[in-house]
Amino acid sequence: MTGFAALLTRDLRLVWRRPGDVAVVLAFFVVATVLFPLGIGPQANILARIAAGVLWCTALFASMLSLDRLFAADYEDGSLDLLLLAPWPLELAALAKCAAHWIVTGLPITVLAPVLGAAFGLEGGALLALAATLLVGTPTLSLTGGLAAALTLGARRGGALLALLALPLCVPTLIFGAAAIETLMTGEDLLAHLAILAALALVALATTPWAMAAALRQAGE
Amino acid sequence: MADLHFLANPARFRRFSQRVMPSLGFATVLAFAVGLYLALLQSPPDYQQGETVRIMFVHVPSAWLSMGGYALLAVLGASLLVWRHPLAALMARAAAPVGACFALVCLATGSLWGRPMWGTYWVWDARLTSMLLLFFLYLGHIALSRAYDDPDRGDRAAAILALVGVINLPIIKFSVDWWNTLHQPASITRLEGPAIHPTILIPLLWMAGSFLLLFILLVLVRTETEIDRRRLEIAEQSA
Repeated sequence: MTGFAALLTRDLRLVWRRPGDVAVVLAFFVVATVLFPLGIGPQANILARIAAGVLWCTALFASMLSLDRLFAADYEDGSLDLLLLAPWPLELAALAKCAAHWIVTGLPITVLAPVLGAAFGLEGGALLALAATLLVGTPTLSLTGGLAAALTLGARRGGALLALLALPLCVPTLIFGAAAIETLMTGEDLLAHLAILAALALVALATTPWAMAAALRQAGE
Repeated sequence: MADLHFLANPARFRRFSQRVMPSLGFATVLAFAVGLYLALLQSPPDYQQGETVRIMFVHVPSAWLSMGGYALLAVLGASLLVWRHPLAALMARAAAPVGACFALVCLATGSLWGRPMWGTYWVWDARLTSMLLLFFLYLGHIALSRAYDDPDRGDRAAAILALVGVINLPIIKFSVDWWNTLHQPASITRLEGPAIHPTILIPLLWMAGSFLLLFILLVLVRTETEIDRRRLEIAEQSA
């Protein structure tokens, strides 16, 4: 576990020294979300209707933006080779990097989204539900995105290919996350959707570290 | 397992393929002739849908084969990663575009069938969405395997992707049971047995068999081409 903690603190410290990298991603999240009312029109009922879906989609896109640098920086300067030789499991290292990605991208998005949701006209209960679904759903985005990042390490057109791979795998999270906010209007069970989101996160947690480690191993050869 | 090792040698695979291909081609043509006769001429029109029900004879086999093709990609991926079977990567490269085409045919024929039957070309229900996801997974597999200068890296990355995406297959199969979908529920592959009449079931099975033979034929031909392409790449690199 010390390896996990060491790698996690290292990544967080790196981001702390260069906060601009993460700030750009969050700025993109805000700007892209703001485009939708400007493009669709300011009618309040339409905006309130699409708010959950728009915020989830832009959260997905913003996560994708920071993902191709997840392993690429270590791959280029040789840290990945050291990680491959390290005494702790590569699966834990991959998990540590995804955890760092979630802390610097997923958590801020979860905090920012209710603020933007209020701009879309969502009510208090819906804002809370939005934050809850993002809190449970963004770890899945970090994990599956990390898997796509590991698979496309060193590929040509890596950024676009990463999005092509990650977005289909993230679709169940998107569907249940956005649908969870709808339940407040339709009266269905919000907790059921949150439970499914949590299940998706647990499945991702149980499977992606091994797939990521396999991808990182054959990238390091 | 002995057969897999028997065909691991590319030259022996090519000899096997060349021997099998003429009879396979003949069988495919024959199967299609019988199947198309049964499906288009002999089977009865549906009492509700009329003649448009005949789209099913292309739509359902395409769906089965696109899912089977992805299962094949997953098996080949496991074979490559676990046993390092030399031809697994080449066959995966060959089979992925064929499976993707079947997925596209399934989506297109389903869309054309949906217009007269449901009144809409598309609906975002569970089965159609998961089938569309399968098509995107195929595209991802094709793109990923060709994204690297070193073909081995691309093959192994695509193998991992195939194994991760296989979770989509049970989702597609059971989506009509788990959710209220516009797409009709399972009527053939059920525990209680098929629910459709033999006059439609028999032509459907014939067409499915014909498409399966076509799939095998296309994959064998394309695998031979991939062997040649890989040989050419190696020769160019060492020249």
